[in-house]
Amino acid sequence: MFRNNRLIRLIIGSCLDLAPILGVVMVFQLAVIRQPIPNIGELIMGSLLVVLGLTFFMLGLEQSLFPVGESMANAFARKGSVFWLLLFAFCLGFGTTIAEPALIAVTAKAADIAGGAHLIADNEAAKTAYALGLRLTVATSVGVAIVIGVLRILMGWPLHYFIIAGYIAVTAMTPFAPAEIIGIAYDSGGVTTSTITVPLVTALGIGLANSIKGRNPITDGFGLIAFASLTPIIFVMAFGMMT
Amino acid sequence: MIGWLHQFLEALLETGRDVLPIAAIIIGFQLLVIRKPLVHPGKTLLGFINVLIGITFFLDGLKMALFPLGELMAQQMTSPAFLNIPGSTAAIDWRNYSWVYLFGACIGFATTLAEPSLLAVAIKAEEISGKAISAWGIRLAVSLGVAFGIALGTFRIVTGTELYYYIVVGYIVVVVQTLFAPKLIIGLAYDSGGVTTSTVTVPLVTALGLGLASTVPGRNPLLDGFGLVAFASLFPIITVLGYAQLAEWRGRKRNSNHT
Repeated sequence: MFRNNRLIRLIIGSCLDLAPILGVVMVFQLAVIRQPIPNIGELIMGSLLVVLGLTFFMLGLEQSLFPVGESMANAFARKGSVFWLLLFAFCLGFGTTIAEPALIAVTAKAADIAGGAHLIADNEAAKTAYALGLRLTVATSVGVAIVIGVLRILMGWPLHYFIIAGYIAVTAMTPFAPAEIIGIAYDSGGVTTSTITVPLVTALGIGLANSIKGRNPITDGFGLIAFASLTPIIFVMAFGMMT
Repeated sequence: MIGWLHQFLEALLETGRDVLPIAAIIIGFQLLVIRKPLVHPGKTLLGFINVLIGITFFLDGLKMALFPLGELMAQQMTSPAFLNIPGSTAAIDWRNYSWVYLFGACIGFATTLAEPSLLAVAIKAEEISGKAISAWGIRLAVSLGVAFGIALGTFRIVTGTELYYYIVVGYIVVVVQTLFAPKLIIGLAYDSGGVTTSTVTVPLVTALGLGLASTVPGRNPLLDGFGLVAFASLFPIITVLGYAQLAEWRGRKRNSNHT
């Protein structure tokens, strides 16, 4: 019975994720655009798949990654070994980002566009390689971001110095980056921090701030996500300069 | 049926490759560093299988629904028939596309207000501030920030102006606000930018931007199509910092009135 309730809660949650989008689209279609919608059957089928997929995804995360990852983040935060903590922080950022579905979808789209514009060879193999390269770059940058963020919490350095330094780096790099990569680079900052990354990384930050004396979990625990949305911009621009 | 099954298994395998690193990291650290067996190995395995199936379905659904939907909306709202402009593209300027900006703002506002991870953050913010700022205030501030961000982003795509300038101006505003904002809220405000853009919103907004860049005359998807997500993660920082300043200022005024 409890299982059923949880499943129902998750299905409702997935529907609620999609509802605002469908609602706004519907209002615009009926009140503003008033044109027939092509392939409406496929759109409905796809929306059902999105709801089904999100439900399984969240169910699976709650069964596996979230409890194990959170207890592990807490264990490492308390363990006291800086080396293992930093290694874990990097792996956590990297691993959760590689699996992030929105990033998979957006990098595939970016590869399509790059292929269509003949920036890279317009075939499956080249596009897959480009998308994977982008994702590895973003995942590495999130790993680095979490390491810097954890160091910051350990040392108690103020957050805004790092953010301002990041802003300066982005601003200074952009004029030298190839024009085609800038949009993707700026977007990748927002794309990376989604369903898997945010809860696990937040757990690490709050656990860490809780276990160190003199740290406030609220002022020191936040800020990891901010790093994780800033470093991908820098790394993806560097990726664009090198390829 | 067989063909579909074959395709599904192939997609499942591909997703398996994506989920493998995090599974290996979690299990590896558990066994090698913490040196304790997993508490519920069966349940954890089942969970990973559910994650796999979930991502596979989700990505399929994205390709069938959310990507086409974003592109369709962009196409319909920029078609000469809808804009009511006879044939020649020379007569079109940015003022003709106001429905696009409004649509972007509505999508940004509605999806952000309904975002569960934002609700959690907002409640935390209310606790920190000792109710000086309210959870609803934060949610409204973030939603308005995302709405304004996406609307401005679609305007940028339509006009083909440089993303760089907008972002740099945004950064300068954030830095100046940081100097004056209450210290407690800064970390939360910075995080709110990244938290708001969810797994469902990002693909739709990306498709909208790419669709606009390929249908508005003179624009190029590769150069102009991206950037909406960046706007949607930058402007909430500004609105949340602004709201926190406003709340602090109002609180101070109230206190000085009492004494």
